[in-house]
Amino acid sequence: MLYRENGQFKTSYRADQQMLPILQDRIFMGLLLVFVFVVAPFVFSNYFFLSILIPFLILALAALGLNLLVGYCGQISIGHAAFMSVGAYAAYNLVLRVPQLNFLVVLVLAGLIAALVGLLFGIPSLRIRGLYLAVATLAAQFFMDWVFARVKWFTNYAPSGSVSTATIDIFGFQINSPVRKYLFLAAVVTVFAILAKNLVRSHLGRAWMAMRDMDVAAEVIGIRPVYAKLTAFAVSSFYVGVAGALWGFVHLGSWEPLAFSITLSLNLLFMIIIGGMGSILGSFFGAFFIVALPILLNRAPDWLGIHLSTAMVSHLESMIFGALIIFFLIVEPQGLARLWSIGKEKLRLWPFPH
Amino acid sequence: MKLAEKVRVLAVSAGAVTAVMAVMASQPVMAAGEQFFPALVYRTGPYAPNGLPFANGFVDYLKMLNARDGGINGVKATFEECETGYATDRGVECYERLKGKNPPYGATVFQPLSTGITFALTDKAPKDKVSIVSAGYGRADSVDGKVFKWNFPLGGTYWDAADILVQHVGKLQGGLDKLKGKKIALVYHDSPYGKEPIPLLQERSKMHGFDLLLLPVTHPGVEQKATWLQIRQQRPDYVFLWGWGVMNSTAIKEAVATGYPREKMYGVWWSGAEPDVIPAGDGAKGYNALVFLAPPGQGQVHKDILKYVYDKGQGSGKREDVGEVLYNRGMVSMMMAVEAVKRAQSKYGKKPMTGAQVRWGLENLAIDAATIKKIGFEGFMQPVSTSCADHGGANSGSVQAWDGKKWHVTAGPYHSDLQIIRPIIRASAAKYAGEKHVPPRDCATDASN
Amino acid sequence: MKKNRNLMILFAVLLAGLIAPLVTGASGAGFWVEVLLGGLMAGVLYSLVALGFVLIFKASGVFNFAQGAMVLFAALSVARMAEKMPLWAAMLMAVAIMVVLAFVIERLVLRPLVNQDPVVLLMATLGVTYFIDGFGQTVWGSDIYEIDLGIAREPVMILQSVFDGGILINKDDVAATAAAALLVILLALFFQKTKTGRALRAVADDHLAAQSIGIPLNRIWVIVWSLAGVVALVAGVVWGAKLGVQFSISQVALKALPVVILGGFTSIPGAIIGGLIIGVGEKMAEVFLAPIAVKAFDLAGGGIENWFAYVLALLFLLVLPEGLFGEKHIDRV
Repeated sequence: MLYRENGQFKTSYRADQQMLPILQDRIFMGLLLVFVFVVAPFVFSNYFFLSILIPFLILALAALGLNLLVGYCGQISIGHAAFMSVGAYAAYNLVLRVPQLNFLVVLVLAGLIAALVGLLFGIPSLRIRGLYLAVATLAAQFFMDWVFARVKWFTNYAPSGSVSTATIDIFGFQINSPVRKYLFLAAVVTVFAILAKNLVRSHLGRAWMAMRDMDVAAEVIGIRPVYAKLTAFAVSSFYVGVAGALWGFVHLGSWEPLAFSITLSLNLLFMIIIGGMGSILGSFFGAFFIVALPILLNRAPDWLGIHLSTAMVSHLESMIFGALIIFFLIVEPQGLARLWSIGKEKLRLWPFPH
Repeated sequence: MKLAEKVRVLAVSAGAVTAVMAVMASQPVMAAGEQFFPALVYRTGPYAPNGLPFANGFVDYLKMLNARDGGINGVKATFEECETGYATDRGVECYERLKGKNPPYGATVFQPLSTGITFALTDKAPKDKVSIVSAGYGRADSVDGKVFKWNFPLGGTYWDAADILVQHVGKLQGGLDKLKGKKIALVYHDSPYGKEPIPLLQERSKMHGFDLLLLPVTHPGVEQKATWLQIRQQRPDYVFLWGWGVMNSTAIKEAVATGYPREKMYGVWWSGAEPDVIPAGDGAKGYNALVFLAPPGQGQVHKDILKYVYDKGQGSGKREDVGEVLYNRGMVSMMMAVEAVKRAQSKYGKKPMTGAQVRWGLENLAIDAATIKKIGFEGFMQPVSTSCADHGGANSGSVQAWDGKKWHVTAGPYHSDLQIIRPIIRASAAKYAGEKHVPPRDCATDASN
Repeated sequence: MKKNRNLMILFAVLLAGLIAPLVTGASGAGFWVEVLLGGLMAGVLYSLVALGFVLIFKASGVFNFAQGAMVLFAALSVARMAEKMPLWAAMLMAVAIMVVLAFVIERLVLRPLVNQDPVVLLMATLGVTYFIDGFGQTVWGSDIYEIDLGIAREPVMILQSVFDGGILINKDDVAATAAAALLVILLALFFQKTKTGRALRAVADDHLAAQSIGIPLNRIWVIVWSLAGVVALVAGVVWGAKLGVQFSISQVALKALPVVILGGFTSIPGAIIGGLIIGVGEKMAEVFLAPIAVKAFDLAGGGIENWFAYVLALLFLLVLPEGLFGEKHIDRV
C-alpha cells in the first residue's frame, strides 16, 4: 500500500534510466540524506561518532569496494586490507612529500596508486579462480604488510615504524572535531556510493556480472576476461585505497602496519557476506553490523546490570559474534540486503497480502 | 525458511539496532565526588599470560586503597576495566568509551600497556585533556615534555633499557671499548614496541664498533625457527630479547633447541617475568632480564593488599601470584597515578581531580625515598621525579637472572647515559613536532597549565 | 607438454635456490643440513594442519577456516585435563570432545547450510572459529599451559665426524615427525582398508552418486569432521608440547593455507609434500635470502618468511592452476 509503483509510468528513456525509478525510494533516500547531513550531527554523542559512525562510514566504503570485486565480478579476495594499507601509506607519503596538495587530490591519487597495485595482484586471477584465487590474494596481504614494515622510505624512516598524520585541512576547513570528521566522511562516502551505483548499471558493471555468472559463457559472447577482471580489481582497489587513506588520516591518526592486518581483510569479507554480495546497500548494512556488534556485545552486560569479569565479557563477545554470524548465514545466505528487499516486497502488499 | 519468518528476523534486527542507538546516545551518569581510573587491560587473546598479572596488580592496589584509607585523601577511587586484547583499534575504542566517565572530572589518566595504543592515543590525549602514562613502554621521545605535553613515560624508556643493556655487557667484557668487533643480536617483536630500541642501539654500535644484528619476529611470535637458526649461524656474543607474551617463552625454548647459552641472553623488562620463563622449564636457567622500578617479591604494600583485599575474597587473581614481576609492575603503575593525584590535590585541594589537574601532578611528581617508605613500597620502587622538560623521571634499571625458581637481582642499578640519549630524544621529538605542527612549550612560562 | 616444461623449470629454479648456499659457500654443509632439517620439521607441522583442511574439503567441499581454532581447542583440552589425569586419558577424553564438536558442527552449521555457495560456507567456518576461540578460553582459560610428553628439550649433537661443527637434533622434533608419519599411515590404512574409508572416498569422488547408492552423507560428514578433529589434536599436542599451549597456536591455520593451495585442496599426499616444500622453502629463504635482501635494499630487518610461502604457492598456481595434485576440471558452457 505504502510502497507501490502502480501508476508511476515512465514516459521517457530518461525516466526509465533513473537511478531510483520508484517515487517512494526517492523520498526515502531524500529523507535519509536529510537525516545523515542535517539531523545526525546534532543527535549523537562524540563517542557514537568516534567509535561507531566514523569507522562504519570508512569501512562501508571499503566493503563497497570489495563488493564490486567479489559481489559483482565474482573474484574472491581475502587480502583487501593490503590495498587499504597501500592507500593509507600513499596518502601519508603524498602529504609528507608534496604538502601543497589539497587533501581531496591526495585522496584520489592514493586511490589511483592502490588501483595500480591492485591491478598487479589481479593478474593471477586470469589464470586461477575460486578458492585458489582467494588464498592467492593472501599473498598480497602478507607481502604488503611486510613491505610497509620493512622499507623505511614508506614510513619516512620512523624508528618505530609507526606513522602519524597532521590534521586535514580542505580549503581552510579543518577536519578536527568528531562532527566535522563525520560530515566530511558522509559526503565522501555518498559521492562514492552514487558513483558505484551507476558504475554497476553501466557497460562495465554488466561485463563484471556476466563474468561472475559464468566466465566461459561471458567470453563466448565477446567480453574479454582480461579487461573485465582487471578493471574490477583496479576499481575495487581504488575504492579500498581511498578508504584506507581515510582510515589512516581521519580515524586512526597514527598507525602501524598491523592496523591493516588479515583480521581487517576478513572483517571486510564478513561485511559483504552478512550485508549481501552484489548489493551497494548491503555493504552499508554489513559494515554497520560488523562495527557495532562487537562493541554492543562487549557493553551489553554492563547495561543490563550484569557484572561479569572482563575476560568473561570478551569471551562471550567472541562466542556470540561467531554464533550470530552462523545464524545470519543460515537465516539468509544472501545477506541483510536480501531481507531488506523482502521487507519492501511485504510493504508493497501491505495491509492486504492477497 | 519462510518469508514471514525472514521478515520477523528483519523486524527484530531493526528493533535491536534502534535500541543500541538509543542506549549509546545516552551516557550513564556516575555519582560525583569520585576519582575515576580507566583500566585498559587484556585478559584474553595471545598476550593474556602477561596481561593478566599486570591487570591484577593494577586494580588490586586501588581496591586496597579504598579498603584501607577510604580512597585517596578521602576521595573514593573507582575503576572500570576495558578489554583491549592488545589491539590498537579496540584500545582506542576503550579510550573513547572511558574518557568521559565520571563527569565533570573525567578519566584520571590512561595507561594502555601497549606501545601501539600509546602511539594512537598520543594524538588524541591533548584534545581531551587527559594524560597518557606509559611506565616503561611507549614512545621513548615522549620524555620531552616540551613537545609531548600529555605523555609521561614514567620510570624509563626503551632507549634507557637498551642503553643499560649495552653498558652491562660492556662491563662484562671489561669496558665499553672492548665491545669492538663483538656481535649483538636484537630479537624483537615486529611492532612499534620492538622497533623502538633500534635507533639507540645503532648509535651505540657506531660508538663502540660492535655489530648489530636485527632479527624481527612476527606477531604473535610462535614462529622463531629461522630466527634462531640465523643466531646459530652468526653466533652473536649476546642476544637482546625485545619480546612480549608467548614470544618470550618461545624464544627461550628455541635458544635451548639451537644450543644458544641462556646466560648470554638479556631480555628487556617486558621479557623478564614468570610467564616468560616457567614454560621453558629448566632450560630457562641462567636467562637474564632487566628490571626497573619494582623487583619481584613482597613488602609492606603486599601485606596490606593481602589483608584488605585477598582476605576478604576480593582479589583479582590468585593469592600466590601477588608479588610476581608483572603484578608488582601493574601495582607500581597504578601507585604512580595515585601519587600524581595526591600531588595535584596538594595544589588544587582534596577533591576529585580533573585530567588537566592530574597532568600538573604528573609533571611535578616527586616520589622520593621517604614517600616510598611511607606508602609501603620500600625495596620495590626507585625514586621518580619529573619536570616539564623531563617526563620520564627516572632512568635506572638492574639486571636480574632466573635460577629456575626465582628471579635474583645480579647487577646494577645502572643509569642510562643521558649524554647519548638526550640528543636522539630531542631530534626525534622535533621531527614529531614538525610533522604534527605542535608548537614547542616554553617550560619557564608554561609551568602550570 | 608446455605445462610440464614450465613445471620442470620451476622445480629446477627451486632446486638451484636450495643448493645455492652450499655451492656459493654462504654456509657450511653442516649448517645447511640443519636449516634443511629445521624446514622439514616446520613443514611436518604445517602438513598436519593442512591435512585437516584437506580431509574436510574432500568430503564436504567446505574450506574449513576453523581448523586452526580446532588445533587450539584440542591442545587446550589435553593440557588442562592432563593436569588432573594421566596424559593418555586426557588424550582419549580430548578425542571424545572433538567427536562431539564435529557432531555439533555438522548438526548446527553444515546441515542447514547444505548446497550453499563455497564462500558462504567459508564464512560460516570463520564464525565457528570465533565461537571456538571464545568457548575454549572460557572453559579452559587464556593463560599459557604445558603439555609434557616427557621428552628432553636439550639438543643432541650428531655426525660431528662428517660435518664441521656437527648437527643439532632435537628429540621432540623427531617425535613430532614420527607422530605425523604414523598418523598419515593410519589415515591411509583407514581410507584403503575399511568400509567407512571406502565410503569416504566415494563421497569425495561424487556426492550425488555416493548418496544414490545409499551412503548416508550426514554420517560421513560427522566422521570426517571427527577425523579432522583428531588430526587437529595430534597437531595441537605436538605443537603445544614444543611451544606451550596458548591462544597463539590457532594462528598456524594461516601458515597451512599456502600448503593446501600448493598441494591441491583435495590431495592428502599434496598436503604432506606441500607442507614440506613450504617449510623448507621459507626457512631457507629466511636464513639465506633475507640477509642479502636486507643489505641490498637497506631494509629494517628480514622476515620474508611471512610472505615467501604465499609467493611460492602463487608461482606454483600460475603453472598448475589446481595445485600439484589437485583435480583437473574442464569448463563447459
